[in-house]
Amino acid sequence: MRADVLIIGGGLIGFSTALQLAMRGSRCIVLEKDSAGRHASGVNAGGLRQLNRHPAEIPLSVAAAEMWHNIDTLVGSDCDTRFPGQIRVAENAADMLLLEERAAMVRSLGFQHEEIIGKDQLYRLVPALSPHCIGGLISRKDGYGRPFHALDAFRRKACSLGVEFHSSTRVDELERSGTEWSAITAKGEFRAPLLVNCAGAWAGRIAAAAGDAAPVKPGAPMLMISERIPHFMDPVIGAASRKLSFKQMQNGTLLIGGAHMAKLDLEHQVTDMNWAKLAVSARTVMALFPQLKNVRIVRTWAGIEAFMPDNLPVIGSGTSPGVYHAFGFSAHGFQLSPVVGKIMSQLILDGKTDLPIEAFSIERF
Amino acid sequence: MPACDGPTIVVKDHYQLVIIGAGPTGLSAARVAADHGVDVALLDEQPAPGGQIYRAMESIPPARAGLLGDEYQHGRKIVSSFRQCNVDYLSDTQVWSLNSKREIGLLQGDEPLMITADQVLLASGAMERPVPFPGWTLPGVMNAGAGQILFKSHGIVPNDGVVLAGSGPLLLLLAWQYMHAGVKIQALLDLTPMRNHLRALPRLPRALMARHYLAKGLVYKKDLKRAGISTLHNVSDLHATGNDHISSVSFRHRGRQRSIETELLLVHFGLIPNAHLSRAAGCEYQWDRSQQCWRPELDDWGSSSIDGILIAGDGAGIGGARTAEHAGRLSALQATYALGIIDKYERDQLSRDDRKWMHDDLHIRPFLESFFHIPRKLLSVPDDDTIVCRCEEVTAGEIRMAVADGHSDSNQVKFLTRCGMGPCQGRQCAEAVAHIVAAAGGEKVAQGGHYRGRPPVAPLTLGQLASLYPEETE
Amino acid sequence: MFKRLDENPAATVTVTIDGVQFNVPAGETVAAAVLASGFGHTRTTVVSGAPRAPFCLMGVCYECLMVIDGKPNQRACRELVNDGMKIECQHATGRL
Ligand SMILES: Cc1cc2nc3c(=O)[nH]c(=O)nc-3n(C[C@H](O)[C@@H](O)[C@H](O)COP(=O)(O)OP(=O)(O)OC[C@H]3O[C@@H](n4cnc5c(N)ncnc54)[C@H](O)[C@@H]3O)c2cc1C
Ligand SMILES: Cc1cc2nc3c(=O)[nH]c(=O)nc-3n(C[C@H](O)[C@H](O)[C@H](O)COP(=O)(O)OP(=O)(O)OC[C@H]3O[C@@H](n4cnc5c(N)ncnc54)[C@H](O)[C@@H]3O)c2cc1C
Ligand code: FES
Repeated sequence: MRADVLIIGGGLIGFSTALQLAMRGSRCIVLEKDSAGRHASGVNAGGLRQLNRHPAEIPLSVAAAEMWHNIDTLVGSDCDTRFPGQIRVAENAADMLLLEERAAMVRSLGFQHEEIIGKDQLYRLVPALSPHCIGGLISRKDGYGRPFHALDAFRRKACSLGVEFHSSTRVDELERSGTEWSAITAKGEFRAPLLVNCAGAWAGRIAAAAGDAAPVKPGAPMLMISERIPHFMDPVIGAASRKLSFKQMQNGTLLIGGAHMAKLDLEHQVTDMNWAKLAVSARTVMALFPQLKNVRIVRTWAGIEAFMPDNLPVIGSGTSPGVYHAFGFSAHGFQLSPVVGKIMSQLILDGKTDLPIEAFSIERF
Repeated sequence: MPACDGPTIVVKDHYQLVIIGAGPTGLSAARVAADHGVDVALLDEQPAPGGQIYRAMESIPPARAGLLGDEYQHGRKIVSSFRQCNVDYLSDTQVWSLNSKREIGLLQGDEPLMITADQVLLASGAMERPVPFPGWTLPGVMNAGAGQILFKSHGIVPNDGVVLAGSGPLLLLLAWQYMHAGVKIQALLDLTPMRNHLRALPRLPRALMARHYLAKGLVYKKDLKRAGISTLHNVSDLHATGNDHISSVSFRHRGRQRSIETELLLVHFGLIPNAHLSRAAGCEYQWDRSQQCWRPELDDWGSSSIDGILIAGDGAGIGGARTAEHAGRLSALQATYALGIIDKYERDQLSRDDRKWMHDDLHIRPFLESFFHIPRKLLSVPDDDTIVCRCEEVTAGEIRMAVADGHSDSNQVKFLTRCGMGPCQGRQCAEAVAHIVAAAGGEKVAQGGHYRGRPPVAPLTLGQLASLYPEETE
Repeated sequence: MFKRLDENPAATVTVTIDGVQFNVPAGETVAAAVLASGFGHTRTTVVSGAPRAPFCLMGVCYECLMVIDGKPNQRACRELVNDGMKIECQHATGRL
């Protein structure tokens, strides 16, 4: 089977890349070893956050936010997005100082989306918050979506434009013959002159097979979700000096993340919850929302994600001809996915992109 | 009776053997292990030992016990033998988590605990197979087992006019027990298809080697007939109708559409292993075509695919209460051997009788399984409007739509539709979803797969979770 | 739907179910007490608001969620009655 571009990885990054390429007439094949969105893309927290991004990511994140606000025109579905804003709360003066420095830094880079809010505004936005907080940093156009729905919408749109998707098709080896790459799988050989590595936590292996070294560290951040409770809060809440990402979803459930990791067995793709760390997350939520004490957690899970040593993704071309990489999103790639697809399509078809991506070069390692 | 039930015991952080479930499996296993000096904890969420079959054994008024038949009485021996052994019996203790490292999360009242064990025996029994049909979510439609629990534990029985429907030995047993209690059953609707008689015939000779079961079944039938209870066979297309409560049940019988008015319909479609804990731990499962359910992959001692986790009794595959008793003992011997307390020779010697009894007892199973084989059509929920996920109210039609959209396994359907994401954690819909996915995709049920286990297996409050590991920090 | 067999319970407790007082045998589960006291449903669903009642009574269906002593989402089939217990039908998610 032959195409213009082979994309390895049927997550959001892979499908977003395929979609953008297909919109410009390229023929793409997406190869996925499990099912679409089986890993990070289908099970993440769905946070659409520009707030508190690494400076190098801010331009991409701002461009991605623009795309998410119009996601319907791109994929024909709103992906169940909501934009009630994201807030990092300050619980004491030291926190507040941290947030003010952050806001000043973002402004100095020419961006306006992160704003300091005082106590009054904070409690107007989040009346349910424990009374000890003193202010916060808000990004008003941030929000969240439903990851599997987003993934599904990207997949369908891409496939409707001719993208060929093969699930349960693992790339075991890469071979280069003449000007073509071939991906060897148990279901046969797939060929194309161009290859995009969107293999998430497994991208290190694909990179190595394509001649690049990348220190990908697979990790499995945990999430927990509650039963449905009455609507009590709109914005997504984080904290200046705690690990927390906390929101009430459209249907009333509470989604709690704290960037704590499950024990991961990558070989078998299984995770064991780390209850000690989930207990810490629960204490964090209760410190900010003590009234939630009796709310029940009904499920916990972890998703397998690619982490890089500097927590920045790899986006760009590889060292061998025809190779491109987009992986290592270090637990914040959901929000970036639409723009990353666009960047990849520009790199592949135009040889350049108008967004700054030097910081994400694979050669930095 | 030892005065050490439930929360008054100081729970240790670690045991050599933790047994989960105090039914015939767990009770017999506890006895064997304790007799060898193993340090055992036996946990059960119920307030008293007995499991499903021997529920309320120690507190039941004799008159009520008399109505339940002699199989129930057999439990008295098991429970009293258990009471004489030295184990930490933790009643009212819900297990909400088990992982591959044998870390066990418990909840006693509002108090969560984490303990560990060298060996874990899952003796968590069976549950009734959920089979969605139109109207099954209406108040007034309940599982037959639920009716039996009200009877055994509380002496509560249906008002006159109850209708029983479904297929399986438990349905017949319950009808018989109700009859003894003087309950007027309006009708017993037997959904076992006529063709099952033929299907089961080749298994009859082997079943004759356990003919007491067959004899019992025939006695139940004869007694019911003598009592004038109307039994309709070969019934199909079961429907419950009503607004806020069931008012009537309709069905097809002998080519005719019929309807009966009732305020209570008790349904039963056989049993399946209660697999939540073993799935959460990551034990391997395989589809059993004969039992029409997933069962854990086990060796003949009950050892699962995970080191140190054993599964026995109905939780390992439906074998009935007597087999459960023997299987529990075998697994206890294996655990004792794995702990280095007995050697292989002792283990094998000590297991001989139980193996023989179990072998003989299991002769009846292939016959029962083919006789009470549930038609695939029923399992794959033919009516699009039927609610499959009771918690999130997802219909069969929505699931079929997801499959048509390319979502070819249960987990993808779950992600897309929220089917299985409510508080019951998919216990009531997982089987149906697997059947629907398989039927819609023209595949075998095994391929559609089962929901991945997502702990906790029972909800835990934020406050309870927050009280665990107080010394842990970010 | 249900009635009690003619047995003399050793002890009874008083509970209120949706504001009405009932004497029920000690040691009974809340779900049993509610069903035997003639209540048809015990909750309404979060999605469509449909009425539901206990289905399995063994802790695996979560249909019996009720508000017990002010706490929502209690499995009525797993909780035992206490003297003075306040039991309420749970509407949708129940209050926080
Ligand atoms: C509702 C019902 C009624 C039945 N009635 C009969 C009958 O009358 N006659 C008959 O022959 N067979 C009956 N059976 C079949 C039954 O499965 C028996 O074969 C027998 O009880 C199986 O024994 P067991 O020890 O394997 O499991 P069980 O007797 O089911 O015991 C399992 C125990 O594990 C406990 N448990 C499960 N999960 C957890 C957890 N997470 N935390 C703590 N405790 C847990 C349960 O409370 C239960 O007490 C019934 C089954 C069901 C589901
Ligand atoms: C629990 C959790 C919460 C998160 N929360 C957020 C959040 O709130 N906001 C946010 O912006 N981001 C979040 N993220 C991060 C985000 O989910 C990821 O960064 C993003 O989904 C990465 O997409 P991907 O396509 O690169 O990776 P994936 O979705 O992992 O896709 C890679 C795919 O490649 C396939 N693959 C790998 N090797 C091969 C091979 N050899 N052959 C064929 N296929 C192969 C894999 O099976 C996989 O499906 C979170 C992540 C997790 C795990
Ligand atoms: S009735 Fe099923 S969980 Fe209580």
